Amino acid sequence: MEHSSLAGRVFRGVALALVLVFFMFPIVWIFLMSFQSNEQILRIPPRILFEPTLFNYQALISGQLRTTAGNLEISFMRNLMNSFVLSSAAVLLALLLGVPAAYAFARFKFRLGETIAFTLLSFRFAPPLLVLLPLSLYYQQLGLNDTYFGIVWVYQLIALPLILWIVRGYFEDISPDIEHAYRLAGHSWREAFTRIAVPLAGPGIAAAGLLSFIFCWNNFVFALILASADKQPVTVGALAFVTASGIQYGQIAAAIVLSVTPTLLLALYAQRYLVEGLSLGAVKG
Amino acid sequence: MLELENVDKVYRSRGKPPVHAVRALDMEVGKGEIVALLGSSGCGKTSTLRMIAGFEDVTSGSIALDNRRIEALPPARRKVAMAFEGYSLYPPLTVRENIGFALKAQQLSRGEVTRRVDAIAGLVEIEDILDAYPRAISGGQQQRVSLARALVRDADLYLLDEPMGQLEPQLRAVLRGRIKGLLAERGMTAIFVTHDQTEASALADRIAVMEDGILQQFASEKELKNRPANLFVASFIGEPPMNLLETEVARADGGFRLSVGSAMAFLIPGDRLDSTAQQALQQTPRVRVGIRPQKVAVGSGDVRVRIVSNQWLGDQSHVAGECAGNFLIAVTAGRVAARPGDVISFGLEPRHLHIFGTEGTCIRHAEVR
Repeated sequence: MEHSSLAGRVFRGVALALVLVFFMFPIVWIFLMSFQSNEQILRIPPRILFEPTLFNYQALISGQLRTTAGNLEISFMRNLMNSFVLSSAAVLLALLLGVPAAYAFARFKFRLGETIAFTLLSFRFAPPLLVLLPLSLYYQQLGLNDTYFGIVWVYQLIALPLILWIVRGYFEDISPDIEHAYRLAGHSWREAFTRIAVPLAGPGIAAAGLLSFIFCWNNFVFALILASADKQPVTVGALAFVTASGIQYGQIAAAIVLSVTPTLLLALYAQRYLVEGLSLGAVKG
Repeated sequence: MLELENVDKVYRSRGKPPVHAVRALDMEVGKGEIVALLGSSGCGKTSTLRMIAGFEDVTSGSIALDNRRIEALPPARRKVAMAFEGYSLYPPLTVRENIGFALKAQQLSRGEVTRRVDAIAGLVEIEDILDAYPRAISGGQQQRVSLARALVRDADLYLLDEPMGQLEPQLRAVLRGRIKGLLAERGMTAIFVTHDQTEASALADRIAVMEDGILQQFASEKELKNRPANLFVASFIGEPPMNLLETEVARADGGFRLSVGSAMAFLIPGDRLDSTAQQALQQTPRVRVGIRPQKVAVGSGDVRVRIVSNQWLGDQSHVAGECAGNFLIAVTAGRVAARPGDVISFGLEPRHLHIFGTEGTCIRHAEVR
């Protein structure tokens, strides 16, 4: 990728800038919107320069939205908290279950192994709506409806297959002989797994965990059906901004900024691992 | 020291016929002995090694090391060290840590670990890369690190899978000598896998020749050369390979006459054959005979051959000739003045013949001297 000519470098710069603008523009626009009042947002033509206001953030954080039609309670901060709790718990559980399972699928050939692995993957391509109705009926019978545990469990449909299949690939990339060498030096199978296999697959596990966290965070329909107001994540909570007195674009923008920030920060922090992790075969010497 | 008894290994995978990788293997290795497992790829030698190490289950049979049954023990408790063909170094550790790592379980003092690592690193010439990481060094260097990591340990048995396959010829020769010296000096018992005959004979006290999962012969290099157990060993061991001829058997003067069409005939007196060999020859109309290229005389004798090629290798000549559809190779010390197409004499003496029965087993070995 060595472009030494000036024209080439200029062209590359322009192309990169175009791609960057294309992907970043919505985020920038939302960010700007979050500092404007509804009237400023709906002004035509829209303006880049405006007098910023913290009103939207104030409303979100205080939980009180004063509109012309009166006072409105919004539980955005609680939704944000729910998103956090639900997504992290789901990813944690999926890692706890998925990493050992991925190791087993990668290292051992056993009866029905491929079938089980594929069945787990197939949860990913079944449309959620297909399972929602029976699921919510079962949940009502089991008493799991509207519980954190119930939602975390459902989120395993999203996180577990993802982690299982990504991490499995990393384990398969590590030569089993590295673990064999470690075991010959007087260590148990368990130690070989925790001290050799898991650290070597570390970047892959981080990447898989991060991806599934984002997928869980973005989930809408499971939480909409299976959780009531106090347990709903931001994706569902954002519906509250469509009010009787109009759509609160400013608050929606501020809510989006607040809810996107954690995943964005996480991705920025972990991008080194992500690049390393998603370029398969990184652990091969 | 190490005893393998009736060991079988069958790989079964769904939808494929089972692969019988090792069949009824019996083998005994003495303390301080260096043994080579020699064979072409897929002959079962690496499977054997991995069963001893404990990475493959034994389908049936038993393995005992130092009078302990080990075939059911986890690898960690077998007291076995191994150098892997794929090196298998730990990527996040430096070369020094990789080698020292193997000593951690032994709970030695730091000074002792450093001393041992330095000693072994000097032996395999990797002192200058001790602080490098595995991915920064070459394949040959990785292989030497892997070798050092195995040899640095105190184990009952050392298993080396193709220990020098990636090294340059010169270094290989030097290391062979040093490693043999180290093993002998410490009285270490070792088994190594190789497909290189030179390496097997240079390093090993005894060589186990394997083919098709079956141990063909387990003997010293000299014995493999002089008294091959069967056709496979005879043709596998030795460079260039043994000349083999299909002969017809006829009785003659109390002995036997083995003839190749009308071109060659060998008279074997009856008193040069033991009773089993005589019986075997009486029962079969055709046998194969073999003669080492080194035993074929060039320029004298009664076999007329048409020269196919004549190569001077700097210290010996390889002369290939053709006689009535049979291909013969002779090795002599001096240069031979013959061009392709010329007809010269080859001498094949009956006493130098190995005779192989119908099953391929050797029924009579060439006489030594």
